[in-house]
Amino acid sequence: MITRQLLISGFGGQGLLFMGKALAYKWLMEGYNVSWLPSYGPEMRGGTANCGVVVSENHLIGSPLVANPNVLICMNLPSLDKYEDKVVPGGMIFVDSTMIERKVKRTDVDVYYIPASKMASDNNMIVLANMIMMGKVLQVFGETDEEAIKNGLSKCIPPKKAEMFDVNMRAIQLGLGYEAK
Amino acid sequence: MVVFERPHALCDVPLHYCPGCPHGIVHRLVAEVIDELGIEGRTIGIAPVGCSVMAYDYFNCDMVEAAHGRAPAVATGIKRSDPENHIVFTYQGDGDLASIGMAETVHAAARNENITVVFINNAIYGMTGGQMAPTSLPGQVTQTSPYGRDVKTAGYPIKVCEMLSQLDGPEYIERVAVCDVPNVNKAKKAIRKAFQNQIDGKGFSLIEVVSACPTNWGMTPKEALEWVKSDMIPYYPLGVYKDRSGKEETK
Amino acid sequence: MSEKVLMKGNEAIAEAAIIAGCRHYFGYPITPQTEIAAYMAKRMPKVGGTFLQAESEIAAINMVYGVSSTGKRVMTSSSSPGISLKQEGISYLAGADLPALIVNAQRGGPGLGGIQPSQSDYFQATKGGGHGDYHLIVLAPYSVQEMAELTIKGFDLADKYRMPTMILCDGTTGQMMEPVTFDFAVKQPPEKPWAVTGTKMEREHNIINSLYLQADKLEEKNFERYERYKLVEENEVMYQEYMADDADIIIAATGIASRIALSSVEKAREKGIKAGLIRPITLWPFPKAAFAKAAEHCRQIIAVELNMGQMIEDIKLATEFKVPVSLYNRTGGVLPDVYEILGVIENAAKGGKR
Repeated sequence: MITRQLLISGFGGQGLLFMGKALAYKWLMEGYNVSWLPSYGPEMRGGTANCGVVVSENHLIGSPLVANPNVLICMNLPSLDKYEDKVVPGGMIFVDSTMIERKVKRTDVDVYYIPASKMASDNNMIVLANMIMMGKVLQVFGETDEEAIKNGLSKCIPPKKAEMFDVNMRAIQLGLGYEAK
Repeated sequence: MVVFERPHALCDVPLHYCPGCPHGIVHRLVAEVIDELGIEGRTIGIAPVGCSVMAYDYFNCDMVEAAHGRAPAVATGIKRSDPENHIVFTYQGDGDLASIGMAETVHAAARNENITVVFINNAIYGMTGGQMAPTSLPGQVTQTSPYGRDVKTAGYPIKVCEMLSQLDGPEYIERVAVCDVPNVNKAKKAIRKAFQNQIDGKGFSLIEVVSACPTNWGMTPKEALEWVKSDMIPYYPLGVYKDRSGKEETK
Repeated sequence: MSEKVLMKGNEAIAEAAIIAGCRHYFGYPITPQTEIAAYMAKRMPKVGGTFLQAESEIAAINMVYGVSSTGKRVMTSSSSPGISLKQEGISYLAGADLPALIVNAQRGGPGLGGIQPSQSDYFQATKGGGHGDYHLIVLAPYSVQEMAELTIKGFDLADKYRMPTMILCDGTTGQMMEPVTFDFAVKQPPEKPWAVTGTKMEREHNIINSLYLQADKLEEKNFERYERYKLVEENEVMYQEYMADDADIIIAATGIASRIALSSVEKAREKGIKAGLIRPITLWPFPKAAFAKAAEHCRQIIAVELNMGQMIEDIKLATEFKVPVSLYNRTGGVLPDVYEILGVIENAAKGGKR
C-alpha cells in the first residue's frame, strides 16, 4: 500500500471523526502505521469539521496533517469548495451526492459520487451516511474483506453500544455494494 | 512536681514574634491540643506567608511552607495523599487567608475538605510592617490607610466566619479571642474540637482567633488587648457560626 | 495493555501516568488539554486514586505541591494561560526540591491567545518560567507513543533529581490519535526520606520549605541545586537525528513541527538535496553537543518553530555562530505544511536567503 492521506470533511455531527477512526483501526489491525487528526476548536462549531487520516507502511508517519490529500471525502458543499483544489493530481474525491449537488470541477482526479445520505434515509439508518461512504471508499480501494472491516469496527464501538455494531456493518455493506448507474 | 512545661508538639526554640504578640499563645494552644489528642506523629502542619511563616520551625510535627494564601490547597493535597492517616492543619493570618487566598479558603470549605484551619485575625499585615488587611476595621489607621480605612474607597472588612457559615460545605466554624484567660480557655476548646472533628472524619473546621498586633497597631501589649475588647470583638462577634453535627449555634 | 491501541495523545499521557504509579491528579478545564482531566476523572476512582477539579490552576498546582510533599507521584496539566497561573507554584516546587509532572499542551499566545497549537511557551518552560534561579526538565514528545513514554520518563527523572518535569506538547499532539503500546518496565520510585508523612514520633520533623532568610544559606542552597542541574545536563540529554550526518542543511524542530519537517526533509532528499533533521527531545537540558557537532559540517541550520523564534537562541549559543542559523516560523496556531518547509529547504540549497 502506498501512503494514503485521507481528508474526511463535512458538518459536525455527520460522524466524520468516527469514520476516520474506523478506517484507521482497520488499517492498524492490518499492521500499517496510522495517524488520525481531528480539527478542533471553533472549526467544530458550525461550518466544516474534518479529520485527517494518514496510513503508511513506514514505521513512522511524518506529518499527521493532511494539507494535500490523495483521498478527499466530502459530505457537504463547503468541504468540496474548500478542499477540491488541495487534492494532489491523480488523487480521488468521494462526494455524498445527496448533500452536494454540483459536480467536481477537477479533471485530473478520479471522482466517485454516492447518494449516501439518501441511501441512509431510504434504509432507515439516517445517521449512518458516514458508514455508507466508508463502504464505498473501501470498495474503490479494493478492500472488501468484511472480516478485516469488522476487526476495525469492533474496536470503535464500546461494549455498551454493541447493538450498534450490526447496523453500522449493514451501512458499510450498502456502500461496498454500491455502483453508480 | 512539674506544674508547667512546654508541650511536646512545640519545638524547644526561641520564637521570633514581637513582645506581646498572641501568636505564641495560639501556637501553644495548637500544640497542647496535638499533645492531648496524641496525634503529633501523624500531623502535618502548613505554615502561611506572613508573620507565622516560620511556624514550620516551631511545631515538632512534619511541616510544609506554602505559597501566600495557598495553604488550604496544599492541605488538600496532603490530606488526599493519605486521608486515613494524615491529620492536616493550616495556620494562616488574615492577609493570607482572607485576601490573596480567599478562593482556596472558600473552596476548601465548600468541599468540606477534612482539614483544620486556624485563622489568626489581627486586622493588619504584620510581616510587611503594618499595611491594611482585608479585616482592618473601618477608620483603622495603617501604613496603607494613613487617614484611616475609608470604606468608600477601600471597602469594608470581610467577616470570614459569617461568610463561610453560609456555605453548605463546612462542618464547623467558630470565632474565638485570646485577649484574656477565659477567652484563651474557650479558644483552646474550639481548637480541640476542630482537630477532633478531623479525627472523626467530619470535615472542614475553621477557628478564627481574634488576635492583636501591638507593634503595628502602635500600642502596648496591654492597650492592644483592650482594643481587641473595645473595637475588634464588637465588629467580629465571638461564638459558634456553624456546627453541623452539634447543631449548636450561639450566634 | 501491550496491544497496540489507537489513542489521543492527551489520553496516552493520562494512562501512562497511571502506569507510572501516579494516583493524584489536579486540574482546571482549559482547551486543548481537557481530555487529560476527563480521562483522569474516569480512571482515578477505579484505581483508588484522586481526581480533583480545583477551583483554579493556582489551587491545582498547590495541591500538587501538597501531595508531592508527602512523597507520592502527582501531576497536573493545563495549557498556556493556565500554565502562566501555575508559575508561582512551579517556582515553589523547584525551591522546595519537589518532584512533580506538569503538562503544558501549548496554544497560541500571548494573553488569552487562541486555542490552536503553538510552541510559544518555549522560553517560559526552558528558562525557568517563574521567579528565581531554577530549571525544569522539559520533554517535547512528537508522537502519541512518545507522549506515553516521556510521561513515564518524566516521573522517573523528577524523582531522581527532585525537580519538576514538564511535558511541553501542543494542541495537535494532544488531539491526534496514533497507535500506542503501554508495555513499559516501570521503575520503583526511590525512597523519599525527606517526605512529610508524619514523624510517627520516630524521627525529627521534616520540613518542606523554600524560605531561607539568611543570604548565605540561600546561596548555598542554590549552588547545591545547580550542581544537581549539572548532572542532569551531563546525563539526561535526549535528541534524535534524522539523516543529519551528511546533511548540508539541517532543520531543527521539535514536537509537531518536527513531524511536519520530517516529511519535508524526506521530500528534499528525494529531490537530491542533502537535508537532515535534529529533533531535541529534552528542551532542557538542551542538546548542545548535537548542534555543536552539526555546526562542524553543515552549511546552514534552519529552526522551524511555532513561535516568533525562541529555540533558535539556544541553537545559536550551542553552535557559537559557526554556521548561519535562520528561522522559519508560523505562529498564532498556524501550522506550516510539508511543502512550505520544503520550499524553505530548496531555497537554502540554492544558497538563497529567506
